[in-house]
Amino acid sequence: MDSLKTQQVTFKVFRFNEETDYLPYYNTYTLDVTHEEVVLDILNRIKWDHDGSLSYRRSCRHGICGVCAIKTNGKAVLACKTRLFDLIDIFGNEITIEPLSTKRAIKDLIIDKKDFWDKHAQAKPYLEADIDEHPAQENLVSPHDAEKLLEADYCIQCGACHYSCPSLEINEQYMGPAAFAAAYRFSADVRDDASIERLHIVNEEAQGVWDCVKCMECAEVCPKEVNPIEKITKLHNMIFEAAVAKNNVATRHAVGFAHSIEKHGLLDEGELVRYSEGNIGVLKHVPVALKMFAKGKIVLPWNMPKSDKLDEIKKLVKSSSTVKF
Amino acid sequence: MEKLKYALFTGCTAKESTPEQMMSTLAVANKLGIELVELTEASCCGASHLQDYDDFLSLVLNARNIAYAEKHGLTMVTICNTCQLNTAMTKHRLDNNAELKAKVNAKLAEVGLEYKGTSQITHFLYAIIDDFGLDKIKEMVVKPLSQFNIAPFYGCHNIRPSELQNATHKSPENAYNPTSLDDLIIACGGANVDYAEKNKCCGFHAELQSPRTAAVLTGNAVAGAMDANADWMVTPCPLCHLKLDTQTHHASVAIGREVSLPVLHMQQMVGLALGCTPAELGLSHHVTKVDFI
Repeated sequence: MDSLKTQQVTFKVFRFNEETDYLPYYNTYTLDVTHEEVVLDILNRIKWDHDGSLSYRRSCRHGICGVCAIKTNGKAVLACKTRLFDLIDIFGNEITIEPLSTKRAIKDLIIDKKDFWDKHAQAKPYLEADIDEHPAQENLVSPHDAEKLLEADYCIQCGACHYSCPSLEINEQYMGPAAFAAAYRFSADVRDDASIERLHIVNEEAQGVWDCVKCMECAEVCPKEVNPIEKITKLHNMIFEAAVAKNNVATRHAVGFAHSIEKHGLLDEGELVRYSEGNIGVLKHVPVALKMFAKGKIVLPWNMPKSDKLDEIKKLVKSSSTVKF
Repeated sequence: MEKLKYALFTGCTAKESTPEQMMSTLAVANKLGIELVELTEASCCGASHLQDYDDFLSLVLNARNIAYAEKHGLTMVTICNTCQLNTAMTKHRLDNNAELKAKVNAKLAEVGLEYKGTSQITHFLYAIIDDFGLDKIKEMVVKPLSQFNIAPFYGCHNIRPSELQNATHKSPENAYNPTSLDDLIIACGGANVDYAEKNKCCGFHAELQSPRTAAVLTGNAVAGAMDANADWMVTPCPLCHLKLDTQTHHASVAIGREVSLPVLHMQQMVGLALGCTPAELGLSHHVTKVDFI
């Protein structure tokens, strides 16, 4: 019977107690796991049968409370939702279990999630509206308007995307994909009055959407298929549509593509950098540009290649553009 | 085997900052007997930034590029991960949304084109692996790269989101443990190096607006490969290549450690193993000197 099939797996489990340990260490357990077992079952077996001091968060066991998110071989997962056999398919029979963020570990797999909640709160994850306390009728949202939220509503604040985001790992001001998904969720709601205020928050350099590195990891890792980067793109679009966009390197970098495509079909790489950075800002790129020029990597403006049938492209850029900057 | 034939979407860098990528693509296709019909009408894909400004315009332009591949009745092959993502994502969205497809086609009709959804879109890496076959590559290797430890650097936009991997490739690979480039290194006779950053981000897309983030990511990638004793790195993405090849000074400053390794395009690695000359592969166009040939 398939369900009785077992596989032997070696688990390396991250251990750390901030009150007593200077450095973290790993305990190793070799266990037979079955077809039905999820990572949480393994953590329970280790705690109940081997070492009662192992600490981890667990609650609903149904993939909805979000507290059991951890990393297995670097992949953030909900422990209660992730079958061992699926992990074995990806990684083989050695599984390393770590907290979502090792540098934020308090005790074993439990982390201090303060930065996550602070940034979530920064996105104003609630409706702001003047509500009639004694309405004569229900305040209805049409299915069409409800669809605009996309899947942003499914977020369970587990932190899987937040602690997998490479931009956030380097730039501590960056709000991160979960906060942006929440900002989109409420700004896209027809009942909300704080959309512009939220767009200003996510439009700020360093903390806002412009620092997204486009790695797609948030879309890949989300256990609820929220697809945060899609919401980040939507926020970018809303920033331009609502004319909240500032004239800075980040916005000009996005707009510059449209200019270049209209002119050449292809992207004029040098001109994009000049347009984005401005005539003074571009100077900091000169040392690398000279090295590239020496190796034949810079096309001079008068040699800029153009797409064939450029008239078609020009026509489409004119007729299909939906925003102005 | 019937001769493989694709519509080649070069993207912009192949025409500008990575000429060696274009040279090595053509040299390898020639060695493998793959026919590439260049889509000279194609525009820039928007490089994952145009859609932040104007999503609909980005869709229309990418649909136009695909429409030209469809006119040839060929699968489109890309040689840049970001071109692959933007083009395949456009196809995925249009093929799954009749209303959006109709809106885009209304625009394309203005220039006498139609997006039908009949062409597949694949990166040259996967064309080699899925369609040509690693076994055949192995048989054709004349200069095995056996003395080298080679670090694969996959590039985000080929492996994520897996939704597109699953829709696009015959044998989709897992974003958390990709194997295609490792397999190709082994087929070329090299030793593949395993390191944590191989499927991570190079930082390219934030280079202007967030230079420190971008530089740290580049530095981490090269440092990871160096610490795993790689002699050089290989990538299927020209944007990753630009970061890893030309930005090592900024990367070194950002992470406080001197990092630098030669980085080859995937096509250059295959070309070397198949006996192409360094000149055919444009190895002199690298900023970080390719000093092992």
